[in-house]
Amino acid sequence: MQNVYLGIVLAPLFGAIIAGLFGRKIGRAGAHWVTIIGVAISFLLSLVVLRHHVWNGAEPYNASVYTWMVIEGIRLEVGFLVDNLTAIMISTVTFVSLMVHIYTIGYMHDDDGYQRFFSYIALFTFAMLMLVMSNNFLQLFFGWEGVGVVSYLLIGFWYKRESAIFASLKAFLVNRVGDFGFLLGIAAVLMAFNSLDYADVFAAAPLMADMTIQIIPGFDWSLITVTCILLFIGAMGKSAQVPLHVWLPDSMEGPTPISALIHAATMVTAGIFMVARMSPLFELSETALSFVLVIGSLTALFMGFLGIIQNDIKRVIAYSTLSQLGYMVVALGVSAYSAAIFHLMTHAFFKALLFLGAGSVIIAMHHEQDIRKMGGLWKHMPITWFTFLLGTLALIGMPGFAGFYSKDSIIEAVHYSHIAGSGFAYLSVVLGVFVTSFYSFRLYFIVFHGKERMDHHTKEHLHETPAVVTVPLILLAIPSVVIGAMTIEPMLFSETFKESILVSSAHNVLEHVQEEFHGAFNFALHGLIGLPFILVLIGFFSTFYLYMVRPDLPGLIQQKWAWLYGFMVRKYGFDEFYQSVFMRGGQNLGTALWKYGDAGLIDGLMVNGTARLVGWFAAITRHVQTGYLYTYAFAMIVGLLILLTWFVTR
Amino acid sequence: MLSELPLLSLVIWFPVLGGVAVLFVGDENPGRAKALALTVAILSLLISIPLYTSFDPTTAAMQFQEFIPWIPTFNVNYHLGVDGFSMPLILLTTFMTVLVVIAGWEVVKYRIAQYMAAFLIMQGFMIGVFAAMDAILFYVFFEAMLIPMFLIIGIWGGPRRVYATIKFFLYTFLGSVFMLIALIYMYNQAGGFEILDFHKLPLSLTEQVLIFFAFVVGFAVKVPMWPVHTWLPDAHVEAPTGGSVILAAITLKIGGYGFLRFALPITPDAASMLDWLIITMSLIAVIYIGLVALVQQDMKKLIAYSSIAHMGFVTLGFFIVFSIYRHTGSLSGAVMGVEGGMVQMVSHGFISGALFLCVGVLYDRVHSRQIKDYGGVANTMPIFAAFMVLFGMANAGLPGTSGFIGEFLVILSSFKASFWIAFLAAISLILGAAYTLWLIKRVIFGDIGNSHVAELQDVSRREILMLSLLAAAVLLLGVWPDPLTSVMHVSVDNLLQHVTVSKL
Repeated sequence: MQNVYLGIVLAPLFGAIIAGLFGRKIGRAGAHWVTIIGVAISFLLSLVVLRHHVWNGAEPYNASVYTWMVIEGIRLEVGFLVDNLTAIMISTVTFVSLMVHIYTIGYMHDDDGYQRFFSYIALFTFAMLMLVMSNNFLQLFFGWEGVGVVSYLLIGFWYKRESAIFASLKAFLVNRVGDFGFLLGIAAVLMAFNSLDYADVFAAAPLMADMTIQIIPGFDWSLITVTCILLFIGAMGKSAQVPLHVWLPDSMEGPTPISALIHAATMVTAGIFMVARMSPLFELSETALSFVLVIGSLTALFMGFLGIIQNDIKRVIAYSTLSQLGYMVVALGVSAYSAAIFHLMTHAFFKALLFLGAGSVIIAMHHEQDIRKMGGLWKHMPITWFTFLLGTLALIGMPGFAGFYSKDSIIEAVHYSHIAGSGFAYLSVVLGVFVTSFYSFRLYFIVFHGKERMDHHTKEHLHETPAVVTVPLILLAIPSVVIGAMTIEPMLFSETFKESILVSSAHNVLEHVQEEFHGAFNFALHGLIGLPFILVLIGFFSTFYLYMVRPDLPGLIQQKWAWLYGFMVRKYGFDEFYQSVFMRGGQNLGTALWKYGDAGLIDGLMVNGTARLVGWFAAITRHVQTGYLYTYAFAMIVGLLILLTWFVTR
Repeated sequence: MLSELPLLSLVIWFPVLGGVAVLFVGDENPGRAKALALTVAILSLLISIPLYTSFDPTTAAMQFQEFIPWIPTFNVNYHLGVDGFSMPLILLTTFMTVLVVIAGWEVVKYRIAQYMAAFLIMQGFMIGVFAAMDAILFYVFFEAMLIPMFLIIGIWGGPRRVYATIKFFLYTFLGSVFMLIALIYMYNQAGGFEILDFHKLPLSLTEQVLIFFAFVVGFAVKVPMWPVHTWLPDAHVEAPTGGSVILAAITLKIGGYGFLRFALPITPDAASMLDWLIITMSLIAVIYIGLVALVQQDMKKLIAYSSIAHMGFVTLGFFIVFSIYRHTGSLSGAVMGVEGGMVQMVSHGFISGALFLCVGVLYDRVHSRQIKDYGGVANTMPIFAAFMVLFGMANAGLPGTSGFIGEFLVILSSFKASFWIAFLAAISLILGAAYTLWLIKRVIFGDIGNSHVAELQDVSRREILMLSLLAAAVLLLGVWPDPLTSVMHVSVDNLLQHVTVSKL
């Protein structure tokens, strides 16, 4: 199997290198073929792996490919750990990636950077696969930063736009703040376990439960807690959790296909995957889990609110992504790791679908993204409309759709949890259902129904997008509907993740959920009378009333609650705070250190000061050396007098 | 057969003699002078390769030794040898010189033969510094090296070159004078100038502290460490591209190498006692200098400050050893620090060299180093932009590039000593990315900034060649550092055993 695993990661890399280095030679078609074939190979091989591990129940594969370096007897390697968790991740990643590759042919059709774009997304696929297939922390970090770089390149893909290159820089730096924690977490792991290999670390983890570290002298903190929180800070960057979420909405400056692939379906879920992978560590620290839980709850609820007031079609979906990532993190916090992975998977499908659907709308609207200039699109682009509707239903958790199964399991799981913060988390995720329903239907109604508000020219040219765009939509719509019902049982209530995810019996909330579970159909049926579905309906009817029946009302509400609206438009002030404190603060500090420290103190006073001192001293002594005979004669006489006086008075 | 050749003498004197030959060809025949210079540089690189392939990584003893009495009255010998520390640096020197010759090919308009000759002679002297096993021989090379660099900046430099050269010369000269005093003091004790004898020389704590400070002054200026770093930005700004490359890639490394070869093994107790001082200076370099780099308006100054910040990791890695030992009672983690510092030196050679070459490419076209004179270079120079982004990412310490390894190892290592040291060092992850990528944003990305940028021609074949060689080096080392680290394991172990045994 090793060759299969190698093939999975190398095929997209090969495509990326060919398209990147020889893009001009092979042309546009060459670039999309070589990368699409690479990713397609990768996808097919992933299916082989999925069958091998999940269906046939093969033992996890854990072996190194080559040794990066050996230091102090610690082998730092590049290697693969492939188990059921990995198999599901790589299948999801390669499938969505393949869809996005095909879709890109249509979306980027007229762009000058066509080959470059394909090279980037194939490279992204490579890095993401390295991340999820890694068997050690070093390679995890490699993949982690690798996807970050490609994300940077893609957000700034249209490098002529000032807003795009600003957003890309911002995304990279905010992620770097997370990685700063992540790297320290890896250092803590190395200190505690003297190894960076997952297997070694997880095996030794229980022995380390009582180890302490003094970060502030005099205070003993659990080493595992510190490690887990540091690692999770990395996840907060990559998975855009409050307060490191600020980069994700801005990342929408990138072309839509990558918003679907990177900033919704795959890269941003890397943090979720990482914590699930680290479950043997996180299970040892309830403090860390509570921290995770609270961060996730804050993100799930408060980022959802912001989705309500956005008017850019992509930004609405971006805030939705933030909120849904919050749900996944909440699931991690209550130790329902498999529910988080389950939601990650369903979300990957329906969120990619929604983004690609939005992209299809954007193409039709001639790159207009403001939803206030849309409306009534359903009759012009039926496939986009219908698949978007399916995606919306999956997102809000309509019983029977994929998102329902994953989201309801999370809500149930939180309900059974008793760790600190679970009460707040429950409130957040339940209220979040209403918020989700509200912003989703608001978007849906404004874009696809109601009055056609676009200008005359756009309206005349409105038509459904070509097949390279709609086929991926259809192919993504299918799993968005059915994948939840099909896989809830194996994902949550069986031994699928036995080898990958460890849950201590005290935290095992999914066990309680399982007691209530009697098949996928009954689960959906039960969902129809549950509180979340009622909230969904409230959301649906209130948006229907506000945006279909009385479209004048939202404006009035906005005026009446102007202060709240302003606060939300400013995104709770995070951006302003970071800009004034860190960006301007850093620059001011740097300028001050440069002007006063380097130029003033060191160069001015010490270096040039020394030179001036020497010069000054020389200038004075020079007066003595006048070159006139009488000066020297005078000096001699004075000297003689002094000597004589001294001799006489002695 | 190879082992019988005086390989080290060859790699030192072949380029020096080659440089003299280039001088004789003279500026009247620029084509022949350049061809000869390139041949000499490439042959030097080829001659240096057996140093790696025939190197025995299982011993910490000096290899390829040569010994000829030089001044018997003072027991000064022409004694050469290399170990796992010096050998990689020699290869780095021969590699970078080839690039510098290529880089100066069409760009240097006057006195081309002298320009090439200066670099070849400089190469020989720098290798001499790394290979010398006799302290006086070391000192002679150490000082001799200043002369070609002085000329390079002074003749082919920018408008403020006189200020910069004098500052550069006085700064380094001041440092080395203290070192010379220390060396002579130890000669009186040991009766010779053998560096390895100095390692074994018993010294009282007071003697050690004084000698340690003499070395710190000498080498800290070279590295350069805060607060004796201000010569570097000035020297870089005024130096021609090739001068900046060699300055950043090789001469700075001599400071780091000096700490490993002299300060640590000769004065272990003083180093252990004063390690907080070096660690503090290193951390200041990482953070303070990182912040200063952020606000630079001149591309070369920015990269120069970035160099200082990156070299902070080198000294941090070398001096974290004692703190780990005190804190944990074992040396576990210390190897990572020292090797991290070493890898950082080699990697920084590639990356900073590459970045200076990139700035040179732009400067040759626009004749400005100011960031504000650029913007949107990617529009007219896409291939160049790809290189610049790659090297920028490497400078920001991206995994998969060589820039990652050193910082990674040093941070892992310092975590064992103290959470806060690791914390402060890791801030470079953010700062490094901030100043490098902000530079790239302003220079490379954006809409075409002005008419100069609109008229830019993309990199020529010659420029692609030199940048690709460096890109390959940066990526290869990043993906597979084992070939570099495996040759130094034994030397590092040997050093650590040495420094943890008290001389008192």
